[in-house]
Amino acid sequence: MSSTLPSPAPAEAAQRSHVVNDFSIQIATVNGSGSQTANLVLLRSIFQMGVPVSGKNLFPSNIAGLPTWYTIRANHRGYISRKKEIDFLVAMNSETAREDVLSLDPGRAVVYDEPLKLNALRTDLVFYPVPFDKIVAEVCPDAKLRRLVKNMIYDGILSHLLSIDLGEMEHALSRQLGKKPKAMQLNMAALEGGRKYAADHLEKLDPYRVERLNKTAGQILVEGNAAAAMGCMFAGVTVVAWYPITPSSSLPETLISYMRKYRMDKETGKATFAIVQAEDEIAAIGMVVGASWAGARAMTSTSGPGISLMSEFAGLAYYAELPAVVFDIQRVGPSTGLPTRTAQGDILFTAVNSHGDTQHVLLLPASVEECYTMAMEAFDLSERLQTIIYVMSDLDLGMNTWMAQPFTYPEKPFDRGKVLDEAKVRELGASWGRYKDVDGDGIPWRSLPGTGTPAYFTRGSGHNEMAQYTERPDDYVKNLDRLARKFETAKTLVPLPVVESEAGAKVGFIAYGSTHWALEEARDQLREEIGLKASYLRLRAYPFTPELEAFIKLHDRVYVVEQNRDAQMLSLLRINIDPALQTKIRSVLHYNGLPIDARSITEAVKAQETPGV
Amino acid sequence: MSTETPAPGKRTNRINLDVSSYRGSKTTLCAGCGHNAISERIIDAFFEMGVDPKRVIKLSGIGCSSKSPAYFLNPSHGFNSVHGRMPSVATGAMLARGDMLAIGVSGDGDTGAIGIGQFVHLMRRNLPLIYIIEDNGCYGLTKGQFSPTADLGSKAKNGVVNDLPPIDTCALAIELGASFVARSFSGDKKQLLSVLKAAISHRGTSMLDVISPCVTFNDHDGSTKSYSYVKDHDEPLGEISFVPYFEEINVEYDAGSTTAVKMHDGSSLFLRKVAEDYNPSDKIAAMRLLHETNRRGEFATGVIYIEPDKDDFIDTLNLVDTPLAELGENKVRPPKAVLDEIMEGLR
Repeated sequence: MSSTLPSPAPAEAAQRSHVVNDFSIQIATVNGSGSQTANLVLLRSIFQMGVPVSGKNLFPSNIAGLPTWYTIRANHRGYISRKKEIDFLVAMNSETAREDVLSLDPGRAVVYDEPLKLNALRTDLVFYPVPFDKIVAEVCPDAKLRRLVKNMIYDGILSHLLSIDLGEMEHALSRQLGKKPKAMQLNMAALEGGRKYAADHLEKLDPYRVERLNKTAGQILVEGNAAAAMGCMFAGVTVVAWYPITPSSSLPETLISYMRKYRMDKETGKATFAIVQAEDEIAAIGMVVGASWAGARAMTSTSGPGISLMSEFAGLAYYAELPAVVFDIQRVGPSTGLPTRTAQGDILFTAVNSHGDTQHVLLLPASVEECYTMAMEAFDLSERLQTIIYVMSDLDLGMNTWMAQPFTYPEKPFDRGKVLDEAKVRELGASWGRYKDVDGDGIPWRSLPGTGTPAYFTRGSGHNEMAQYTERPDDYVKNLDRLARKFETAKTLVPLPVVESEAGAKVGFIAYGSTHWALEEARDQLREEIGLKASYLRLRAYPFTPELEAFIKLHDRVYVVEQNRDAQMLSLLRINIDPALQTKIRSVLHYNGLPIDARSITEAVKAQETPGV
Repeated sequence: MSTETPAPGKRTNRINLDVSSYRGSKTTLCAGCGHNAISERIIDAFFEMGVDPKRVIKLSGIGCSSKSPAYFLNPSHGFNSVHGRMPSVATGAMLARGDMLAIGVSGDGDTGAIGIGQFVHLMRRNLPLIYIIEDNGCYGLTKGQFSPTADLGSKAKNGVVNDLPPIDTCALAIELGASFVARSFSGDKKQLLSVLKAAISHRGTSMLDVISPCVTFNDHDGSTKSYSYVKDHDEPLGEISFVPYFEEINVEYDAGSTTAVKMHDGSSLFLRKVAEDYNPSDKIAAMRLLHETNRRGEFATGVIYIEPDKDDFIDTLNLVDTPLAELGENKVRPPKAVLDEIMEGLR
């Protein structure tokens, strides 16, 4: 048996006969079919060969039976955002195979389960039929185990077709399976079976191959949620309350595993933390607020629907001035929306989350490394500012696998903020008021239960600076104005934007969060394709700092690129900047549930920058 | 703060504080409100037990009841949180500071309606917390609407008859795992004081449903939560005597007619039996008692169920002895070697 030739356009394939380390692989399987190990082995083995990679799981809201796609991108230039075009398809799912094949660009390659007869669909692709059931029967005598190793066969096939070192696959597999010799043996047999089949039966006709590079040495592969969990542990979190919700759950779940391993007291074997799976998100934030009121570092993690449920407590925490760290791993909404798809859709809502006048601080991590560092910054900021800090991650960042330099150990000690101790009590004497601004920064001193310092009565209702109940108009205004002053102080403490200036650029880009990676690539595309010079400001926090206005002033046109329909960050920007600057701002939006890709940005910008072309 | 050495001549407790250290701000509730009587008993109980008010945290939800923590224990930190969600706030606070004594005040609407979800899970966890429902069968602060503990057929001030059956918070609490469940009446000073003192001694959740008539909206003929109706239908489970661990037991009691319960802190609770076979540590007997008195149109008051040595939520979570809020950076930030190990695993 041999590969099916793409008859009309073999010349094109031949022309591109060497596409090295620059392609995307999409593996289409059925959810619950156990493809995760095979996909991660594939990703990791390319990574081990020194080639920059990223892995994205496009999965349904379902445990088993619905289609799921895993995409791997290998790119020698280091681009790790989603590539819009699929170059190499592994079609294991009969339900989606037809559509998956029809959506490919000409000249692309397809490995498919032979009985699906996909080669009949098109003549302009390279087809590699593989009799998976036959191979798995040969390599796995126990029929009950075949389902578990069948996917490993495509890794073997790809090892041959894409020149991925089998030894690297074996190494990657051993990292996945750890010390399970039986599983290792079975999976290796499948890997080798696939590779042998490909070597014996498939003629290489597509242009894609992997060659060793040296661009990943020393780097790690990690998901944003795991990185955030590490950050929380090293931030010294002691109380965690959460409620299961995709795509957030893996953050607290990873945190649980780290904490059980690294945060048990050595002498007593007891826990230096409490992690509670609450009855809902309202209870989760209630526990966090209660714990931080009592002086613990406390956090929760959720997604959009959870943020909605937490709104009342968010207002209380803002007004009663209690710290809390809340991770929002954003997904498509509203309501259930597309719960397993990504978006940056909670920005506007979260910034003002609750009733009454409310302003919240948002941190905007763009990388797994920032998920880690901003987790630590969030705890310091929330205790310093005595307010909720939202860390706005998303599904793409949180649940997908990203390359990064190893994280560095925090050097800065904790900032526990303005907490009364005996010395401060003596200094302030009877003049201490829980909500009194003695330092001019809008941040009052708080006292904690059990510490022997003066008590106060915490309430969401009207209070004066001595924390006494009041409905006096002047007291209320004074308090709200001080809270606004505190938000001004936040501007001096939040992470600054990262600005990449290009000399003479008339165009500027603004982006944040996971959009960053696609935008970096789009800037290169625009430079190479239409000679566009553009500077870039990456927002890392709200409230905005003065760098933002300065950046807009420097450019004629500024594109705000984000992953939502309503240009949410742009809206937030509009209410915060000089009205004279508003006409400069334009919008590039992406909101189909898939992670944003560079090509979509490039085309949208080209349409505006080269009218009529 | 009023925890200084008291003036000579004033009656002081075992930690040398007089009762003024246990008082709160002036109440803003209606004159004659049952809740004020409960606040008074709370003051008495903490004073007589010699609890340091600086070791107490007081929490509440929203409603008339939930205002009351401002009216007792001024030297204690207090938190008037959001409607129906005090259990979660108390849970977080006690996880952070398991060394404190927590008292939470809720109402029948705050617990039985908007807060029923959190109430249910609080009972399951057996968090160390004295949870008081100041139960008047109506929403006072919003002018007299029925609450979920209003009895079927009870009449509102405007003549509307309640057409839904009540939630029995005591039965629910027992069913869900609370380890100390009592019902009392704001007008029964002696019983309520004993129940509160026992609750202070108890480790785990003490759920106290205290019938507390609303003089403004629910104290008329036809109401089953009025002072006169409650007095007529209160069925005390016999006399309760509480002897704290720091006092000698000098009461004589007959083992046949009295059940003695050893509390976790060493205090003793003596419960005069109403029936020969009533055992307050038997869940099924407790449920039967609640149902039988209810069928007779009465309600049993006293300690209905007690399980003194059940693990509380802090035991379940296996927390270190130092309160989590007090753990220093060296205890909660793992060393660099840990980060290196994790990074190595991700390469």
